[in-house]
Amino acid sequence: MWLFHQAKYQFISMRRKAYVVSGILLVFGIGAMVLNIALIGSWQNYGVDFTSGALVHIRFEEPTSDDELREALGGVNAPSITRFGQDNQEFVVRAGLGDVDIDDVAAGIAGQVAAAYGDDGFEVVRRELVGPKIGLELERRAGLAIMFSLVLTLMYIAIRFELRFGVASVIATAHDMLITLGLLALFRVEISLPTVAAILTILGYSLNDTIVVFDRIRENLNRKGGRREDPYKLVNRSINETLPRTVLTSGTTLAVLMSLLVLGGGVIRPFTMVLILGVLIGTYSSIFIAAPALLEIQKRYGTGEDKKKQRAARRAAAV
Amino acid sequence: MLKSFRGRIIVILAVLGLSAGYLWTRGLKLGLDLQGGIHLVLEIDDPDGTLTPERREDAIDRAERIIRTRVDEFGVEEPLIQKSGSDRIIVELAGLDDESRAKEIINQQAYLEWKLVLETTEVDPALERLDRAVVVAIGEEGLREMGRATEVAQAATSIEQLLFSDPEDTLAAGDSAAAAGDPAAADAPAAEDEAADTVEPEEEELNLRPFTGLLNRGEVGTYTVDAADVETASDFMALPEFQRALPRNVSLQWGWDSIPIGGRFYRELYVLEEEAFLTGDQLDDATANRDQQFNQPQVLFELNRRGGRAFQQLTGAHIGDRIAIVLDGEVVSAPFVRDRIGSRGSIDLGTADMSEATDLALVLRAGALPAPLRIMEERAVGPSLGQDSVDQGRIAGIVGIVLVIVVMILYYKVAGMLAITALGFYLVLVLGGLAALNATLTLPGIAGLILSIGMAVDANVLIFERIREELAARRAPRTAVDEGFGNALSAIVDANLTTLITGLILFQFGTGPVRGFAVTLCIGIVASFFSALYVTRTLFLMYLSGKRGSDPVSI
Repeated sequence: MWLFHQAKYQFISMRRKAYVVSGILLVFGIGAMVLNIALIGSWQNYGVDFTSGALVHIRFEEPTSDDELREALGGVNAPSITRFGQDNQEFVVRAGLGDVDIDDVAAGIAGQVAAAYGDDGFEVVRRELVGPKIGLELERRAGLAIMFSLVLTLMYIAIRFELRFGVASVIATAHDMLITLGLLALFRVEISLPTVAAILTILGYSLNDTIVVFDRIRENLNRKGGRREDPYKLVNRSINETLPRTVLTSGTTLAVLMSLLVLGGGVIRPFTMVLILGVLIGTYSSIFIAAPALLEIQKRYGTGEDKKKQRAARRAAAV
Repeated sequence: MLKSFRGRIIVILAVLGLSAGYLWTRGLKLGLDLQGGIHLVLEIDDPDGTLTPERREDAIDRAERIIRTRVDEFGVEEPLIQKSGSDRIIVELAGLDDESRAKEIINQQAYLEWKLVLETTEVDPALERLDRAVVVAIGEEGLREMGRATEVAQAATSIEQLLFSDPEDTLAAGDSAAAAGDPAAADAPAAEDEAADTVEPEEEELNLRPFTGLLNRGEVGTYTVDAADVETASDFMALPEFQRALPRNVSLQWGWDSIPIGGRFYRELYVLEEEAFLTGDQLDDATANRDQQFNQPQVLFELNRRGGRAFQQLTGAHIGDRIAIVLDGEVVSAPFVRDRIGSRGSIDLGTADMSEATDLALVLRAGALPAPLRIMEERAVGPSLGQDSVDQGRIAGIVGIVLVIVVMILYYKVAGMLAITALGFYLVLVLGGLAALNATLTLPGIAGLILSIGMAVDANVLIFERIREELAARRAPRTAVDEGFGNALSAIVDANLTTLITGLILFQFGTGPVRGFAVTLCIGIVASFFSALYVTRTLFLMYLSGKRGSDPVSI
C-alpha cells in the first residue's frame, strides 16, 4: 500500500483559492475576537487561570440539575455553572474574585452548596484559585513564550536553510496561531493553562510539518539543475513527493488524538480539541501557506542569489 | 551474523537496561492533578510595598525554611517546597486528608507576642479624637453612604456617659449596640436609649460618632463590638489618621473568638501596650495539651532563659493585671496574673478543637514566618478525579498505541513491525527518562506522551518513505535502505530540533502542569531521535543481513 505515491496535484496553482479560504477563516476569527471584546469583555474566553478567580468542580452523590444548583448558589446572581460529563452529577462553577480573598470565594461556594445539598451530598473534586497578579503574569509569559519560539525558530531555519525559508515558516506558523486563536474565540473555548500549552504545541507541530516540506524543496534545489528549474514546478513537485508522509503522519497523530478525545476524559478534552485543530491547520498550512509564501517572497525579493550576483557585478564594474 | 551488530546491540540493550532500571527503582512520580493534592503559591503580603527587594528575598528564604520544618513535622510524604523567583514560594503536597488544616499550618504566620493589657481609661480620653480622625479621613458623606453617620445629641456631656450610659448593663450590651451601633438606628427617630438619641443629620457635624458608636464596655481592658460591626471597625482602625490619633504606646487588637452575649455575638477589642515585652522567638518548646480543670485544649510553652527572665520580671511586677497572648495580631487569651511565672506557661484556647492546639504547638515550635504570606494561587485536585484521569489516560493511550500499530503494520508490513519494536523501545526510554529526571507525570504530560508517540512514528515514516522512493528508483535493497536513512536524516534533525526549541521554551516559561507537558515532549523528542535513527536502523540491518542482496524488502 502506498497512498498518494507519485501524486501530481497542482497545489501551487490552487494557492489563491487557499488564500481566500485562509482569509475567510482569519476574518471570521478576528471578527469573533472583536465581538468577544464587545460582548464578554475580552478577546478570548479566558478561564480562571488568566482572569483570576475560582473554579470549583463538584461531584454530587445524586444527579441534580443546572437550575437546582443555580438556585443553591444564589439564583440570578449565581456564578457561571457548566455541566461536566454526560450524567448530571458533576458541575464546574466559576466565579470571579471581586475584592474578596481567593480562599473565601471557594469556601463561599462550597458553603452554599452544602446548605442546599447537605454536607455529605457532594464532594469538591477540583479547586483552582488564582489571584489577580498571577493571571496577568501568565498572559505575559504565554505571549513571551510564543514570541521567543518564533524568533528562535526563525533564526534556526535561517541558518540551516536560507532566510526566506525562515520567514516563510514564521508566516505559516503565525497563520496557524491566528486561525486557531480565531476559532477558539469563535467557539469561546475556555483558555486555561493546558490550552496555552496546546497552542504552543501547535506551534511546534506546524513547524515540524513545514520543515519536512522545506527540507524536500532544499534538497531538490541543491540537485543538479535545481536552481534553474521553474520554482513553481519545483515547489509543487516537492509537496507532492512529501505527500505520502504528510498524510500518514497527520493520520496517525490524529488517530492518537481522537482516542484521547473520546476516551481521555473531560479534564483533558479542551486540550485535545485544540491539538486536533492544530494538526489539521498545520498540515493544511505547510502545503498551502508555507510553500506558496516561500514563492511569493522569492518573487518579490529574489532568492538572495541574485543580489550576491549583482553585488559582485557592481564590484567588478567599480574595479 | 550477530557479530557485526554486536556493538549496536550492546548500546541499545545498555540504554534499554538503564531506562528500565530507573523506571523500576524510582518509579514514575504522578503529578498532583493525577494523584490528588494541593499546589499553593505564596507571596509575602506587603500591600504597601514597604519592604526592600533584599529584605523580601531574605524574608522569603527564611519563610521557605520554616515552612519546610512545619510540613516535615506535619508529616506529608515527599512534599515539594521551593522558592520561585525572588519573592514566592511554591508548596505542593500530595495525598492529604485535610487540606484546609495543611493550608493553615503552611500559611499561618504564627507571630506570638505577650503584651500587657491596659485599662480602657487609657483610651477613653482619646475617643473623641479617634472619631474625628475617622470623620476627617472618610468624610461625612462617605460615612453616610456607609450608613455609619451615627450622631449623638449632646457633645458636651462626658463621653463615658454617652457611650456607656448604663454601666451595669454591659452584659446586656445588645441594647446599647442597637442604639449606638446599628446602622438602622440612624434613621430611627426614637432610640431606646435616651442618652444615645439620634438627631437629624444636618444639625451638627462635630457629633458624628462613627467609631465609638460601635463600642460597648467589656471586661477589664476590653471593649466589645457587635460581630456584624467588626469589619467596619477594622476598616476605621486601619486608617493612618486613626493610628495617629491613638495615644502613644497603645494599640487596639481584636480577640480571636466571637463571644456570645444575650443571643448576639461580639468580638472583644483589647487595649494593649503597643510594645510586646516578649515574643515567640524566645520560645524553646511548645506542646499541645488539655487543661485539667475544664478539659479544654491548650498549648504549653517553655521559654528560653532570656525569655524566662523577662517573663518572670514582668509577671512579678503585674500581679493582678492581665497579660494578652497575641497570635498574628489577635488576642488568643488574656489571663490575669496570679503569681510570678517563670519560663513555663500555657495558652488556653477556649472552645477550639484539640487539633487546633496540636497545629498551633507545631507552628510555634517551627517558628514564626518573618512576614505574613498571602496565597496567590491554589490548585487542589481530589484523589478520585485524579484516579479517573489516570484510568482514562491509560485507556486512551493503549487504544491510541494499538491504532498506530495497526496502521504501521498494514502500511509497512515487516518494516512496520520493526518500527513498532522501535516504538516499544521508545516508550521505555521516555518513561525511564522521566524517572531518571525525577520529572512528574501530569495530565497534560500524558497527553504530551501520547502526542509524542504520533510524532515518534513520523521519523520512521520519513525514513520508510525515502526507502520506498529509492526502491521505486530501482536501487538494490541494501543501498535503498542506506540511502533512505541518509536522505531522511536532515528532515528528521531539523524537524525535531525546532520542536525541541519550542519544548524548551515551554519549559522555561511554563508553570506546573505545562512544565510537565514540556518535559515529556522534550524527552520524547530525544528518545524518538535515538529510537528512529539507531534502533530502527539496527533492526533493519539485522533484517537485511538474513537476506541476499537481491531479495525484496517488505516495506
